[in-house]
Amino acid sequence: MTSELLNVQGLETQFKTPEGIVHAVNGVGFTLKEGETLGVVGESGCGKSVSMLSILKLIPQPPGKIVAGQAMFRGQDLLQMDNDEIRQVRGGQISMVFQDPMTSLNPVMTIGKQMAEPLMLHMGFNKVQARDRSVELLELVGIPRAADRLKDYPHQYSGGMRQRVMIAMALSCSPQILIADEPTTALDVTIQAQIVELVIRLREELGMAIIWITHDLGVVASIAHRVAVMYGGFIIEEASVKELYANPRHPYTIGLIGSLPQIQAQGRKRLYSIEGMPPMLYQKPRSCPFSPRCRWVTERCRNENPLLESINDNHKVACWVDTVTGSERA
Amino acid sequence: MTENEVLIQVDDLKMHFPIYRGVIRRQVGAVRAVDGVSFKIHRGETLGLVGESGCGKSTTGRTMLQLYQPTAGKVFYEDIELTALKNEPMRHMRKNVQMIFQDPYASLNPRMTIRDIVAEPLVAFGTASGKAIDERVRELMGLVKLDPDFMLRYPHEFSGGQRQRIGIARALANNPSFIVCDEPISALDVSIQAQVINLFEDLQKELDLTYLFIAHDLSMVRHISDRVAVMYLGIIVELADRNEIYKNPIHPYTKALLSAIPVADPDFYETHDRIVLEGDVPSPANPPSGCRFRTRCPIAESYCAESRPEFKEVSPGHFVECFKWDHPDNKRR
Repeated sequence: MTSELLNVQGLETQFKTPEGIVHAVNGVGFTLKEGETLGVVGESGCGKSVSMLSILKLIPQPPGKIVAGQAMFRGQDLLQMDNDEIRQVRGGQISMVFQDPMTSLNPVMTIGKQMAEPLMLHMGFNKVQARDRSVELLELVGIPRAADRLKDYPHQYSGGMRQRVMIAMALSCSPQILIADEPTTALDVTIQAQIVELVIRLREELGMAIIWITHDLGVVASIAHRVAVMYGGFIIEEASVKELYANPRHPYTIGLIGSLPQIQAQGRKRLYSIEGMPPMLYQKPRSCPFSPRCRWVTERCRNENPLLESINDNHKVACWVDTVTGSERA
Repeated sequence: MTENEVLIQVDDLKMHFPIYRGVIRRQVGAVRAVDGVSFKIHRGETLGLVGESGCGKSTTGRTMLQLYQPTAGKVFYEDIELTALKNEPMRHMRKNVQMIFQDPYASLNPRMTIRDIVAEPLVAFGTASGKAIDERVRELMGLVKLDPDFMLRYPHEFSGGQRQRIGIARALANNPSFIVCDEPISALDVSIQAQVINLFEDLQKELDLTYLFIAHDLSMVRHISDRVAVMYLGIIVELADRNEIYKNPIHPYTKALLSAIPVADPDFYETHDRIVLEGDVPSPANPPSGCRFRTRCPIAESYCAESRPEFKEVSPGHFVECFKWDHPDNKRR
């Protein structure tokens, strides 16, 4: 975990809608090191998926538009690439697993054919090679009788099995980065545990870096090395996983962690709840996007948006208030 | 709350959905969504019903309220047998038994105002008329902490959490005593879930409500329930007091399910090993013989295939359906 693989700075993405422009991502920056797993957490509409899709230019343009930022990957800016160049990267060096294994596979193509596609496109395999590699990959992700099952169609697989196929496809060209967009959200808990276990095993075997997008703080705790929390199109807190859960500093993160019922807890205590709702992003926030729901809010929060700043070696927070002391930051 | 007064009793409830094939639509089988469940719910209590998708937990809730015609079994409300009621008396019973649905987007008619949605049960039963309707709607909206001035708006103007509050207000309109909550928070964001759960608890205290709380989120269920029942493939495999079931789970499925819950604590994963179940849930159209769980059970024996184990009370109030509940194999965690 040393050298930097991906460096994203100042990413901004907007969508044109009939109601006006939605400022989905408002200046997101982060780095990803080799072999590292970065968890990206946030609620629906916070911009977590959009920022990661933007990096691979998977945002439909229009209505979407990447208005600013850069994403440096191996000396090249992904956002400046033309369609042919980015297509070489997608599925090759950076690949993606989506949330819904039911809709992200083509229902009228056999699994074998769908798996062969990226292998023939990116690796230049012929049909026989692609087939052999597909069997290997399916075995890698734990699908029994892999050779027979290549002839099956997606509906003959269960949800968990389909997600395994998606992961096998994403891994087929030995990517350096795997972006997983809520890969276990549609699955039951026991199946989710299987998939998380599988990804942890594959990460150790293959050594790729992972960006794991989720709204589930529990899943992130089990898989990530570092976590970025998003709100209103910004990263509002970023820290190593242990630091984040032990010392959450941003009022939103504190609220999120506090609103989870403790499974080990004995008595029944009332859940901490964050009042109000996430912001509608029809204007680019000029104040802190969390200020209307924050109990530490000050005058400054309503006028200026805090930037993400380091408070120690592995912890960054975007907040004007030091939530430990309750006083304003210098 | 009066201790031990049974409000709802379910006896060996079964709900099989027929499968038809061929030109003459011959019945070739049945999906045994619920295949013999029994439990009691006391007045003022919350019974949590958990399980994975397809285990029959929602079907159980719906069948209890006679939204499906059960294949077999009985459901009692106080001493009235709901399963024996004809349509019209059952319709009147619905004042007392209500339901809150999972999807706050699909369960509200987009072309009705909030006032009309919340007032519908009042009008349907003639509980209020004229000005009294508006008054009651205001009162209900206040109860679920929505601004009554919004009552002429339409559902699309509200967020998911607010819509769920509207659904709750509608369910409360005729002062029910029993509410089936069918995954009421699954579609909501984490920060909103806590708001709605707190509302459920407040309402229970204020209005002396009894809940059947159906969910797949085990940590929320533990939080809100007094007792918890775990379902697998149409049957209840374990039922106990909430602290008992989380501290001392006995059925191998409950153990696996609990260990699969993601815990928001990175240190937890350094000290705990997970039990990860192999395989998928079998089809309820063709469930395994004998014990339903044996195909995925880490400690199954050949005799588990022969007959279904008894749903046994192994300690006061703690029921388990497993042959090996007392076996040394099952003691190792």
